[in-house]
Amino acid sequence: MTPTIVLPVVIGGLYAAGVYLLLDRSLTRVILGFVLLGNATNLLVLSASGPAALAPIFGFAEEEQMSDPLPQALVLTAIVITFGVTAFLLAMVQRSWQLVRQEVIEVDEEDRRVAAREGRDADDMDPDARDPDDLPTEDRPAGKGNTLHSDVDVEERLAQRYGDMPSDDVTLPPTHGGRP
Amino acid sequence: MTGVLAPLPVLLPLLGAAAALLVGHHPRLQRTVSILVLTGVVSVSVTLLLIADTDGAAAVAVGDWPVPVAIVLVVDRLSALMLVVASTVGLGVLVFAVGQGTADGDENTPLSIFHPTFLVLIAGVSYAFLAGDLFNLYVGFEVLLTASYVLLTMGGSATRIRAGITYVVVSLLSSLLFLGSIALVYAATGTVNLAQLAGRLADLPDGTRLLLHGMLLIAFCIKAAVFPLSAWLPDSYPTAPAPVTAVFAGLLTKVGVYAIIRTQTLLFPGGALDDVLMCAALATMLIGILGAIAQTDIRRVLSFTLVSHIGYMIFGIALGSTAGLAGAIFYVVHHIAIQTTLFLVAGLIERRGGTMAVDRLGGLATASPLLAVLFFVPAMNLAGIPPFSGFVGKVGLLGAGVADGSWGAYVLVAGAVLTSLLTLVAMSRIWTRAFWRPAAQEPTADTAEAAAHDAGPDAGPPGADEPADDGAGAAGAPSGGATSTPLARRTGRRGAWARHAAVATAPAAGGDGRPSGADDDRAPSRRPMPVVMTAATAVMVALTVGLTVVAGPLYGLTTRAAEDLLDRTPYIGTVYGEREQP
Repeated sequence: MTPTIVLPVVIGGLYAAGVYLLLDRSLTRVILGFVLLGNATNLLVLSASGPAALAPIFGFAEEEQMSDPLPQALVLTAIVITFGVTAFLLAMVQRSWQLVRQEVIEVDEEDRRVAAREGRDADDMDPDARDPDDLPTEDRPAGKGNTLHSDVDVEERLAQRYGDMPSDDVTLPPTHGGRP
Repeated sequence: MTGVLAPLPVLLPLLGAAAALLVGHHPRLQRTVSILVLTGVVSVSVTLLLIADTDGAAAVAVGDWPVPVAIVLVVDRLSALMLVVASTVGLGVLVFAVGQGTADGDENTPLSIFHPTFLVLIAGVSYAFLAGDLFNLYVGFEVLLTASYVLLTMGGSATRIRAGITYVVVSLLSSLLFLGSIALVYAATGTVNLAQLAGRLADLPDGTRLLLHGMLLIAFCIKAAVFPLSAWLPDSYPTAPAPVTAVFAGLLTKVGVYAIIRTQTLLFPGGALDDVLMCAALATMLIGILGAIAQTDIRRVLSFTLVSHIGYMIFGIALGSTAGLAGAIFYVVHHIAIQTTLFLVAGLIERRGGTMAVDRLGGLATASPLLAVLFFVPAMNLAGIPPFSGFVGKVGLLGAGVADGSWGAYVLVAGAVLTSLLTLVAMSRIWTRAFWRPAAQEPTADTAEAAAHDAGPDAGPPGADEPADDGAGAAGAPSGGATSTPLARRTGRRGAWARHAAVATAPAAGGDGRPSGADDDRAPSRRPMPVVMTAATAVMVALTVGLTVVAGPLYGLTTRAAEDLLDRTPYIGTVYGEREQP
């Protein structure tokens, strides 16, 4: 029943690597970072039960030799949640790649628009001044016929190819104007 | 009685979600199921609130295990009140969404996932309010967050995915932080039961306690969008469909506020970090509202006011007095209702005006006086104009601040008044420009040629019903990408603007030689407001006004809840004391 140095070191290392990866703009790295952080946290929960001991099963071990079962129950739940959410995140990144052919998260479009207004009163705003096409190519927001990585409008091509397939896209119908 | 009822706000929506998923191919049945289930949750919650207010708090040990081991659901005045408000707002939004779905003809949806996900979201929110231990609070958070990921990215278009990734990553980070704090709390105290923690945390060394306190607060402050940790919210909320944004704005951040209230009163009484919270509250209020003024997209303005007004609740919590907490709880109730309503109205505005961009809207007051009333009442309520509940809540908080008497509290009071004024500025800006500006004020010189041009290559699919979620509301941007030079696009947009203007003042502009007949099918985004959506919004507006009518009794209730919270013995005693048998 002696404490181990291995767990704290591993947890610390995973946290450090996870935070580093999470700070990247590339979505693949963000996912990997999240996986590392999730595992670090799960290990942290597990290590909250104290030094390793025998399995907490009556008849298998004496009560004072058992390890604390509660953190094990908690960590099981946490692992399931982390796993499910990671799968969702992966699906989102895949969808993002499918749509805009890039996996780098860009500066928010509206933020840029507000920042670019530069000293003008909002009341004088000219709708024409807010044209994403006027931005430098690399600044164009995602999904706006971005020509940096591909000359083809990927979304339109996908719409043609899969247009007649059933999808649950229509569950909540459009609340805005036409497609970009 | 409570023993039977307490699990229902969680169980009913979960079972309802399963049922709704099963009948996914029968939209009418699915709608009926989800509305019935939520009506049931509302009535159960109201019953729970009545019981909790007359008989005091009650705890239910799930599975009848002995108390420190069991999963405990606790219904006290605060959680029951939150349940009532959350389920009522959820029902209102659901009806609105049903109206929107019916109006847009999604009868033939292959598999509708909106209703099941929405019900799971409500289940998660209810679970977070009822949970009697930290880990189940975490599970409740995860349930509602996972549902919210699905709702936010529904349709999977580029803008929503872009916004969704920010939201999901930030939420995940806060969840991991929360889970890490739970691990440390357990390592330090050997329990995660809130009532047991309340006793054991007090025995810890000061440094350890402060660390745990800080970690929990940071995790909750991310969820509640308190200032330094609020940047994710205005980026992610506005892209979602109107009903989704509405329910997010109303409920999700308030679950974080609820968790902060519990942390500050039950777990760590004594106000160790109250000063930090005070500063955060001031920054949240001011920076949030300045952001709102800088924006020109209605939903973004509303998202920033949402962040800003979280500051009021944090202010009340940080005061740590009965009056402060009572004001904060009242403000939570008021703000859930008002913010949801405003986002629903924004959905109507978008439908009526065709865009969310304030620059492009105009003449809505003449086009739809009903919409004008529906916007005006909650907008003034949000700003805190006297007869409304926003005023009552703000006066309560300001009074508590003045009663506190410290210079910090006075600074906060001044900041709160300033924020209220700036909210009025932000709201009146939308009001004057979107509703009262003559619709034809913007340039119309090239109207005819632009309209003629529009009828050409960029006609696009006339029934363009795909989820169009361009936050800019660049309605009418040509889709014939091959031929469109930037100039052509520009003209197209100008034409789109002119169409808005022309339709809004149809009788007046009819004579300028434009082919006006083309407008109806050329501008699918400008549609009349369906009856169900309008009715749902009107009922929500009536509810927010109703909060004023019942403000007296409600304030009494929140004061009693605040007394319970600061006393702590009702909560702890209920968990340990006589358990009600189911």
